Amino acid sequence: MAAPAPRLDTRLDGACLVVALGGRWTTRAIAGEDAALAALEPDGAKQARIELGEIDEMDTTGAWLVYRAARELKRRGVVVDLSGGDQEHLDLIATVAAHDVPCPGPPPPVNPLVTLLLRLGRATVEVLAEARDLVNFLGHTTVVLLRSLARPRSIRLTSLVSHMEQAGLNALPIVGLMSFLIGMVLAYQGADQLTRFGAQIFTVNLVGYGVLREMGILLTAILVAGRSGSAFTAQIGTMKVNEEIDAMRTIGLDPMEVLVIPRVLALMLTLPLLTFYADMLGLLGGAVIAFVELDISFLQFARQLSSGVTPWSFWIGIIKAPVFAFIIAMVGCFEGLMVSRSAESVGRRTTAAVVEAIFLVIVLDALASILFSNLGI
Amino acid sequence: MQDGTVIEITGLRTQFGIQVIHEDLDFSVARGEVMGVVGGSGTGKSVLLRSVIGLIRPAAGRIVVLGHDMTALPPDAVRALQRRWGVLFQDGALFSSLTVAQNIEAPMKEHTRMSRRLRRDMIDVKISLAGLPPEAANKFPSELSGGMRKRAGLARALALDPEILFLDEPTAGLDPIGAAKFDRLVRGLQRALGLSVLVVTHDLDSLHAVCDRVSVLIDKRVKVGTIESLMREPDPWIQEYFRGPRGRAAQAAAGHGAGTGNG
Repeated sequence: MAAPAPRLDTRLDGACLVVALGGRWTTRAIAGEDAALAALEPDGAKQARIELGEIDEMDTTGAWLVYRAARELKRRGVVVDLSGGDQEHLDLIATVAAHDVPCPGPPPPVNPLVTLLLRLGRATVEVLAEARDLVNFLGHTTVVLLRSLARPRSIRLTSLVSHMEQAGLNALPIVGLMSFLIGMVLAYQGADQLTRFGAQIFTVNLVGYGVLREMGILLTAILVAGRSGSAFTAQIGTMKVNEEIDAMRTIGLDPMEVLVIPRVLALMLTLPLLTFYADMLGLLGGAVIAFVELDISFLQFARQLSSGVTPWSFWIGIIKAPVFAFIIAMVGCFEGLMVSRSAESVGRRTTAAVVEAIFLVIVLDALASILFSNLGI
Repeated sequence: MQDGTVIEITGLRTQFGIQVIHEDLDFSVARGEVMGVVGGSGTGKSVLLRSVIGLIRPAAGRIVVLGHDMTALPPDAVRALQRRWGVLFQDGALFSSLTVAQNIEAPMKEHTRMSRRLRRDMIDVKISLAGLPPEAANKFPSELSGGMRKRAGLARALALDPEILFLDEPTAGLDPIGAAKFDRLVRGLQRALGLSVLVVTHDLDSLHAVCDRVSVLIDKRVKVGTIESLMREPDPWIQEYFRGPRGRAAQAAAGHGAGTGNG
């Protein structure tokens, strides 16, 4: 296969420009010959001869270059004639000539300011439309959920249990480890700062308030949004791509009842349990650090906790759980049902589901903080 | 074009887990011929194609492509070899974030030293060769019909002027008119560019219109021959396939003189 590189010689033979080509005129071998041929000047010659006899190998790119050189010379009024060359090469040149159909160039770039405004406008409209659809879906889900609760027989038990297992039971290791570490971190930071004032015992209060009110529920919700919310979107989205949702409708099954309600209910039941579990492990993490760093025994920790932290702190965390769960599951299912019929949109919607769910959870959490603080609990 | 074989498979065995797909399979494709691969569902037609192009490693046997043993080649050499063939996947497998022109440009940019302007010229030629209208150049794959996507995929497969063209179900999902046009296009290109083609297909019309020889995958091996010679095989599946109502219809259509011009 190691034929020589393309060769190109031009000379004037009287009034005739001779272009002698040789070697390998192939896509992989051609480099600078393109520019050399493009810059070919007739130098006053009225005739030109392109010699192809020495060419060992030629493919469409080589054929194109020969054809283009001939075309450009002809355009300048030179009579061109191809000499030598295999029939195969001449056929290829003829094929390429028959396909000299220039395509329109890429559209010119638009003014960046206009593009920016265009994008901003489009994004705004999209966000608003999405918000409207989400509120719509919220209403729909609520209605169907209440109807299902009124007729418990319509709830798909197998699906419910299976989702509770996936979203709850299987999340135990990661949620536990995360909460334990968060408890440790809080205790470390608290110990560092509070020791300066000799108030190290209040580390317990810090860990208790922090974990029970906010950290336990918020981080568990975020983790579940990333873990289960995205899974809901991907599952329902894939079913949408496979036309399973359409199939479901044609046999008279309501996707809301079959797909959405079990997921929403499963998450609303498991997230409070997961939160309780996260609370316990968070406190344990704090207690371990309190013991190691501050010599506060577990008994002391428990006593300080029960005197310093009101039960309300615990209940505030738990009360928020089903609300967050509802939001996460609803957004996950909503985005899944919004998937269009392409695999690509499954990925995009999954990302959107996680981002939206986490965003809404944090917004709700902030609102809850304001509310509870005004209520004085 | 040099004579000889471009693909030579000897004693191939492919298996997934304990499921054996091919056993002791011998198969070859001569330079400049169009070889069709047919077989019932699950007989491993696409697996055979994927083994030849190096996406699946066989459990045993030799696959020699363009004189190189794929099973013994280091990855770098396989990549170098891969530039010498083009593959058209079922739905074109175009890169969805790039326009048709950029799709065709991608392999050129990566593997040649062609100037920007020459690349543009060659993209135009390939688009025209694949039978696409010039306006298609700046469209994204999602804006194209199924048939146009296949043509764009073909144009990309031809970007580096391959010696072998692999087609996986090229006419699946096309309407009969589009499929017949695509067959003519493939045949025309094969003649004009002197390509060797390996085509996996279900389409009997396409077999008659395009293929010089046909391999039938049966019992983990292949039976190779022209359609006429295969029709004399006693194997019941082959008989059913070529002599069933669809087989007869396709044969009659081909007998009527399927055009082989450049679609």
